[in-house]
Amino acid sequence: MIADLATSARRSAGRQYPRTRTIAALVVAGFRRYTTYRQATAASIFTNTVFGYLRCYVLLAAAAGSGLAVTAGYTPQQLATYCWASQGLIGVVMIWGWTDLGDRIRSGDIVADLLRPVHPVTSYLAIDLGRAGHASLTRFVVPMVVGAISFDLHTPQRFATYPLFALSALLGVVVCFGCRYLVNAAGFWLLDVRGVNLVWLFGSSLLAGLAFPLHFLSEWPWLVTGLWVLTPFPSILQAPLDVLVERGSVGQLLGVVAGQAAWAGVMLGICWYVQRRADRKLVIQGG
Amino acid sequence: MADLSEATRRLGIYRRLLGAQVRSHSSYRASFGLDLTANALMPLLDVAAVLAMFRVTKTLGGFNAFEVVVMFGFSATAFTLADLAVGNIERIRFYVRQGTLDAVLIRPLSVLGQLLTLDFTIRRVGRLVVALAVLGFAVSRANIVWTPGRMIMLIAGPLSGAVFFSAIFVGTATVAFWWIDSGEFANGFTYGGKDFTSYPITVYSGLFRRVFAYSLGFAFVGYYPSLALLGRADPLGLPAWVSWSSPLVALATAVVASVVWRFGVRHYRSTGS
Repeated sequence: MIADLATSARRSAGRQYPRTRTIAALVVAGFRRYTTYRQATAASIFTNTVFGYLRCYVLLAAAAGSGLAVTAGYTPQQLATYCWASQGLIGVVMIWGWTDLGDRIRSGDIVADLLRPVHPVTSYLAIDLGRAGHASLTRFVVPMVVGAISFDLHTPQRFATYPLFALSALLGVVVCFGCRYLVNAAGFWLLDVRGVNLVWLFGSSLLAGLAFPLHFLSEWPWLVTGLWVLTPFPSILQAPLDVLVERGSVGQLLGVVAGQAAWAGVMLGICWYVQRRADRKLVIQGG
Repeated sequence: MADLSEATRRLGIYRRLLGAQVRSHSSYRASFGLDLTANALMPLLDVAAVLAMFRVTKTLGGFNAFEVVVMFGFSATAFTLADLAVGNIERIRFYVRQGTLDAVLIRPLSVLGQLLTLDFTIRRVGRLVVALAVLGFAVSRANIVWTPGRMIMLIAGPLSGAVFFSAIFVGTATVAFWWIDSGEFANGFTYGGKDFTSYPITVYSGLFRRVFAYSLGFAFVGYYPSLALLGRADPLGLPAWVSWSSPLVALATAVVASVVWRFGVRHYRSTGS
């Protein structure tokens, strides 16, 4: 029942009202929602900044200990930039703490989302892009400024890096959104999703390039390549960070971004498929 | 006698509350199993992050991999113990924001006691077991010359660290009484402290090291107990007895935290929602 209603609502809506305007309104709403969470934003910025100092000192100590000018492909300046930008991007891609969908599944409010004329994956993604826009003006900028004041950072040498980084960060948001959506959607089948959340928590923090640059493991090239190709995690943070610190040529970094784009497509495809299965599952649970 | 029976009665209530938590968590079997495994893996992933640094260097801040893992072991054991016992105090910010703390305050049990039992999660035991294993492994490989003092430190170090981290958990959670939407603020000190103490403090410098290591006392969780165990002089030049002073630092921090907590509870004003 729900599934049929949902499909018909989405079909008829497209004819009555321009979809682009709906989606634009959702993006704006996502942005504005987060402008009201000023205290929480400030608290997160504080925590990211503390971790920025922590990780930056550790990475620089590793670089100093190696006795090399270039460690795993990064100069000390590149490592410092990598570290501070990674703390800034945590908020932009929002690795942790997104339970909007999961909460609505648990409370049953999700039924109202399914009856809306916009597909849930589309509407949640639109809202999330608005949120990411807000985060890039707040949670990304402040740690970068603090990092630049306290440490010697790498300034991009090529102008192309700026637009490419913007695109790469955007794709990082989409890939991360896809992962979060799936983790939350597990709630359609499991009543308690905390276990799935934990799996995501360590997958994302260890394999996304947050705890350390994945290139530190380059002694095991099969492992690094495997992570890039077989998991979405490096596309979330490692990719935009490598683009920003210009690790490699323009051609190599374009390849990295192309890989991200592929993962973004795959993740959204899986989200759509899972949501379709979930529409049916909801009927079995009694709606 | 009356006091004793009253204490037993209260203990019974807490035991029942804990039992209910354990039962309710284990009733969703698939999720519980996954959760337990994920929890057990967490310290392993943390140590993997530390060891990843040693893929590119032989020494970190003047210490080799085994020595750093000893520090990590102290830190992880202390943190997981504290996290198991009082870690869920960080949920107080939800209680304050939603006004549900009012209900906790009017019940005839200690506020802290209730908050700790209400959200107790047995699955964190997995972390502790793994943290202990990492500590044991590192200690057995780090060429330690055992003396009675060092054996005592092996036990007292993690326990002091656990008291210290518990104090940090409670002390920083208190911020929620004044700062309603404090969000992740406390994480900077709790999880940040966990990361800070996993490495020798020689890697940090400047104001950041002074504040975290000495003003807040994080140097006494992993770094100084490890120096005592390894029999190494402090490269930063502090006298040897400092390496043995973790229990005192933990005690002092606990006193400060309990004062802050009492002050916070007394000044709680409901959000009215």
